[in-house]
Amino acid sequence: MRFITEFRRPELAEGLISQIHHKSKTAVRLMEFCGGHTVTIFRYGIRQALPKTLEMVSGPGCPVCVTANADLDKAIALSQIPDVIITTFGDMLKVPGSYSSLQEAKASGADVRVVYSTMDALKIAEENPDKSVVFLGIGFETTAPTIAASILMAQDKGIQNYHVLSLHKLCPPAIRAILDCGEVRLQGLICPGHVSVIIGSHPWESVARDYNIPCVISGFEPLDILQCISMLVAQVEKGESRVEIAYRRGVHPEGNREALKIMEQVFEPCPAQWRGMGEIPGSGLKLRGKYRHFDAELVFSIVPEPACEPEGCICGDILRGVKTPTDCLLFGKVCTPEHPVGPCMVSSEGSCSAYYLYGGSFGE
Amino acid sequence: MENRILLTHGSGGKLAHELVEKSFVKALANPLLAKLDDSAVFDLSGKLAFTTDSHVVSPIFYPGGDIGKLAVCGTVNDLAMSGAKPLYLSLAFIIEEGLLQDELDKIVNSIQKATKEAEVEIVTGDTKVVNRGSADKLFINTAGVGIIPQGVNISGSNARPGDKVILSGTIGEHGIAVLSQRQGLSFSTQLESDLAPLGSLVADMLAVSHNIHCLRDPTRGGLATILNELAEQSKVSIRINEEKIPVREEVLAACEMLGLDPLYIANEGKLVAIVPALDATKVLKAMRGNHYGKSAAVIGEVRAENPGRVIMKTSLGTSRIIDMLVGDPLPRIC
Amino acid sequence: MCLAIPVLIKSIEDKEAEVEIGGITRRISLQLTPEAKVGDYAIIHTGYAINILDQEGAEETLKLLEEIAETAEEGE
Repeated sequence: MRFITEFRRPELAEGLISQIHHKSKTAVRLMEFCGGHTVTIFRYGIRQALPKTLEMVSGPGCPVCVTANADLDKAIALSQIPDVIITTFGDMLKVPGSYSSLQEAKASGADVRVVYSTMDALKIAEENPDKSVVFLGIGFETTAPTIAASILMAQDKGIQNYHVLSLHKLCPPAIRAILDCGEVRLQGLICPGHVSVIIGSHPWESVARDYNIPCVISGFEPLDILQCISMLVAQVEKGESRVEIAYRRGVHPEGNREALKIMEQVFEPCPAQWRGMGEIPGSGLKLRGKYRHFDAELVFSIVPEPACEPEGCICGDILRGVKTPTDCLLFGKVCTPEHPVGPCMVSSEGSCSAYYLYGGSFGE
Repeated sequence: MENRILLTHGSGGKLAHELVEKSFVKALANPLLAKLDDSAVFDLSGKLAFTTDSHVVSPIFYPGGDIGKLAVCGTVNDLAMSGAKPLYLSLAFIIEEGLLQDELDKIVNSIQKATKEAEVEIVTGDTKVVNRGSADKLFINTAGVGIIPQGVNISGSNARPGDKVILSGTIGEHGIAVLSQRQGLSFSTQLESDLAPLGSLVADMLAVSHNIHCLRDPTRGGLATILNELAEQSKVSIRINEEKIPVREEVLAACEMLGLDPLYIANEGKLVAIVPALDATKVLKAMRGNHYGKSAAVIGEVRAENPGRVIMKTSLGTSRIIDMLVGDPLPRIC
Repeated sequence: MCLAIPVLIKSIEDKEAEVEIGGITRRISLQLTPEAKVGDYAIIHTGYAINILDQEGAEETLKLLEEIAETAEEGE
């Protein structure tokens, strides 16, 4: 597979690993913001290959994990409305809300369908004109433009029964929130690759400057991550804090202008609830007034029960990078991928799931 | 008008008899079935293997197979995994009213072909028809018996440290072929399900070694799940090498696209054998000589430490734990 | 987060394209990448091309990594 397998070549990984070992002198803590990076790091056992000077912590970069219970409850409440078809990415199905999950709602009769793309959701809307199709809009800047595009397409085609529950989140405000609270001292950031495909590298520049922290944008193959770590280490050792791109084939400094334009046309920033981090101003996206008839929250009046959080779950602390899954009393005992208590265990990108499935630092 | 299966076809009355005679007995003809007594009566002697499996798959036709062939191969393979030579099968249908007679005929035809290839006979059966919505088109249950040759002792708890782990071929084709047909996921591929009866492959293996310790077919849950089962049952660890596991490019590509891992994707025509190191070479050779084992490979070995664990050496030379499948492999975006 | 992979654009029709990766094909939307051409590699996410892959950039990165690997070997 072109542009995939080349970036997994073991002999090139070896070169980068030895370069990292050679360069790294100072003990530092690096955060991979993005859950996709966490998965690559575990899947390829990258932590084992790094020198002891480098500590890797996982950040909140998984849209499933950071979705607040209250927002999940809204999705589940929507699924209970007669003649509503919920369409969702597979990731959301198993996530427990305050009282139930979409999977449970489905088992008790709700029409919940997994789709790969909003294009599939639009098709379902066209095929079911007498029903309302609600798409659960989760995801960061990578996904938001695709959902904006589906709304424009629905408008173009005159599809009236397509609605979006917009739970989108924006990454730079969340990273700032983590750095602001200062609970976890970081010396380098692995910035999300596919978010940056859309937003480019410029939004990270103020982060690097304001917090004096090296920021390197990485792709998702093992060579991307290793190159990124090597660049971060080089900056750390030289005392620099710049934005660099270790994912040149995907990320242009200015991002994808067309996608940004479409996203801005349909959505406007709003405050959003992040699990574990509370409300972060300007970190969410809602539909602009012009597109209100596509907004599931406005079209259907839903009043879910007040949200509540599972007792003993420390997903919030884990998402902020303050604690690791093994610090949690529930981890691996009460909370397992079969019976997840918190979202970090549900999502295949969640830290808890990655620790559980891939055995943390096992293998030395 | 197209002929459809009606509730009365399962009522035991005249229509029901007609369906059995015309659709089933004729196609699956053999002396034991033709008697149409309440049970099939036959002589068997030796150590027997007996198994049952219910088959539900959506869609019922997919590239490389259908629910009929699946129902035969599934049970034949379960018998073969005990080292048994599969002999007789039962066949029970639960049909949702409204199923097209043509579709049923196609499936029965496919069952017939599969039994012929697997050298087994359908000797007893049953048909029920349920209301629309009470089933998804068609469910099939098959049970089967087979005879285990003398001196063969195959069980999931027999793996011993030092044994070699052999995989009979490429993984993930069945799961991906079925997934490619699902609504909302439609992607096109030439890929077909690997669905196949493995009786002859096992017979070829047993012909060169009676010391095979474990056999298992990596169906639902995929290779990762059955390796975990074997490690747990035998209280050993299994070390595998990522680079040795054969996977077709289409499967890898579909997995990349949908965010799935080939190790967890279902197979219906593959097996894993755990054999003493001394016999590994000849078993591997015998497997490669069979049509269904052409790309067989040694993918790892059994160790004593870390019992119950499956550990994989990644392409970067590091190691990671491979756990069982949890839940359904759902396509994901993140 | 944000699973996305590079695919080859085989044909374009209106705002949609037929793309291929490792022998499997699928229709995707080009709404976010109007500049896409047949023969380009697009990075797709949930059925949308979110960018056109910079092939030259990819080659240059690989060349750099090869040099790093060579230097590492010499250093040992």
